[in-house]
Amino acid sequence: MIDLQNVEKTYFSKNGDVHALKKTNLHINAGEIFGIIGLSGAGKSTLIRCINMLETPTAGKVFVDGQELTAMRNSELRKARQNIGMIFQHFNLLASRTVYDNIAFPLEIQGIDKAVIKQKVEPLLELVGLTDRRDHYPSQLSGGQKQRVGIARALASNPKILLCDEATSALDPQTTKSILELLRDINKRLNLTIVMITHQMQVVKDICDRVAVIEHGSIIEEGSLLDLFTNPQTATTKEFISTINNVELPAILKNTKIFPDYQPNTTPIIRISFIGNSAGDPLISTLIKNYSVDVNIIYGNIDSIKDTPYGTMVVELSGTKDNMETAISYLQERNLKIEVLGYVARND
Amino acid sequence: MSPEMINLLLKSFGETCYMVAASTLLAVLVGLPLGVILTVTRRGHILPNAAINSILGAIVNATRSTPFIILMVAIIPVTRLIVGSSIGTTAAIVPLTISAAPFVARIIESSLLEIDPGVIEASQSMGASPMQIITKVLLPEAMHSIVLGVTLAIISLIGYSAMAGALGGGGLGDLAIRYGYQRFRMDIMIATVVILIAQVQIVQSLGNYISAKLNKTKL
Repeated sequence: MIDLQNVEKTYFSKNGDVHALKKTNLHINAGEIFGIIGLSGAGKSTLIRCINMLETPTAGKVFVDGQELTAMRNSELRKARQNIGMIFQHFNLLASRTVYDNIAFPLEIQGIDKAVIKQKVEPLLELVGLTDRRDHYPSQLSGGQKQRVGIARALASNPKILLCDEATSALDPQTTKSILELLRDINKRLNLTIVMITHQMQVVKDICDRVAVIEHGSIIEEGSLLDLFTNPQTATTKEFISTINNVELPAILKNTKIFPDYQPNTTPIIRISFIGNSAGDPLISTLIKNYSVDVNIIYGNIDSIKDTPYGTMVVELSGTKDNMETAISYLQERNLKIEVLGYVARND
Repeated sequence: MSPEMINLLLKSFGETCYMVAASTLLAVLVGLPLGVILTVTRRGHILPNAAINSILGAIVNATRSTPFIILMVAIIPVTRLIVGSSIGTTAAIVPLTISAAPFVARIIESSLLEIDPGVIEASQSMGASPMQIITKVLLPEAMHSIVLGVTLAIISLIGYSAMAGALGGGGLGDLAIRYGYQRFRMDIMIATVVILIAQVQIVQSLGNYISAKLNKTKL
C-alpha cells in the first residue's frame, strides 16, 4: 500500500545541513497498523510527512496505492492526498467551525454537494460517538473529543490510509486507550491501513501489527510486534521496551553482589522468557519434582501481545551443583529463552 | 446653539461619516488582498515568494512611514486624476484610502500569522489548494482578529479625516478649525470634540462586540 524507496530528506541551512531522514526504504502492507517509534528528533515526523508529501523528499520515490506521489504535479498531488487521511497530536481543528462543519471540511474542499456531505458526516458523527456534540465548537470539547473529530474528519473522504502523527501524545492514558480502540475498530471495519508515529511504547504494543524503530534519521530495526518485543536487536529498542517491561534486574538484587561464574556456596539467578504456548507449561513444578531443586521466584510478569502470551520470570535455584546444572539444561532444552544472570551468595 | 449651527454640525458629521466609511471600504478592498499576499508569500507559508514579499513589504513600509499630512499634499496630482479635483470631501477619500490601505494590509497580515501552522498543514493534508486555504481557513479563522484590526483602522481614519478636513475636505475637523478655532466658537469646538469621542467609542464597542461574536475560541 505504501512504498518508500531510498527516500531522503535534508534541510539545507547556512548553519549546516540537517539530514532529517537518511536513505530509507519502507514497505507497509494494506490493512495493517504500522507503528514507527522513535525519540524526539529521530526523524519520525519527517518520515510520516514524506508519505503524504507534506515534506517533499530530497531524493527517492514515494508510492502510495500504486501511484508515485513524487512524480506528481501539485494538482494531482492534492487529489491523491484525499486518499490519505491524517490526524495530529494537537488535533488541528478549525476553531471557527462546529464539529459538524469540521468533519464536512474535506468534502467541502472537494466541491461535494451539501446534501451528500450531510449523508457522509452524520454516520461519521455516530462512528466517533459525537452525535450530540455536532453543533459544538472545538473549544468546548475535551482533548479526546477533539481527536475523535480529527479522526472523523480524516475519514470523511473515505481514505485508504490514515496517518497518525503522535495522535495520542497529548491525551491522558484513559483517553489514549479509547482513541486506540477506536483506531483499531476502524482499521478492522474499513480495512484501513494505519501508519502511526509515536514515542510511546505502550501505544505501539496496544495496536500495532508491525513496527519500525527510527533513530538519527534511519530505521534501525523493523519487524512484527511480537519479534520486536521478545527479541529486540538494538539498544534503542530494548530501551523502549524497558519503558513498559521490566527487563532490568529486579530491585531486590540491585544491592547484592553478583558473581559472573559459579562459586562455591552460590545459587544461580536465571531469567526465563517465554512466548506463546510454552507459557502454559507447568515449568516450576517440573523443576521441583523432577530435578530436586528449590525455586524461588524473584520477579515474574506475564503479558500478551495481540493474542500471544509472553512473559519473563527471574528465579533463584537452589540445590546441589549437579541438580542445578541438569535443571538449567532442562530449561535450555525447552523452547525457552534462558539467561543466567549470575550467581549470588546462598543465604541459608 | 442656533438651529443653523446644529445643521452645520449634522452636515459635518455626515461628511466625516462619508469620508471614513468610503475610505475604510476602499482601504479594506485594497489592504485585504495585500495583507493576504504579504502573509502567504512569506518563507515557509503556503506560497513562499521572497521577491514579491520583499517588494510589497517595502512599498507598504514606505507608504506607512510618510506622515498623513505630507502624503495628502504629495499625492494631489493623483487625487486630481482620480476624482477630478483635489478639494472636497470626495477628494479627501483618495489620500485617506492610500494611507489606510497599507495599515490594513499589515493588520491583516498579523492576524493571519496568528493562525496555528498545524491547521494549515491539516488543510494541506486534505488536499486543499492555496486559494481554498486562504478563503476557507485563513480568513474565517482570523476574522475575529481582523475585525478588531479594522476597528483600529476606522478609528485612525476618523482622526485622519479631521486632518483632511483642514485641507478642504469638510467634516468635523474642518468645522472645529473654521468655527471653533478661527471664530472662537468654544461651543462648536466642544460639540465637535464630543461627537468625535462618541463616534470612536461607538465604533470601538461595535468592533469589540462583533469580534467577540465571531471568536469561537473562547466560549
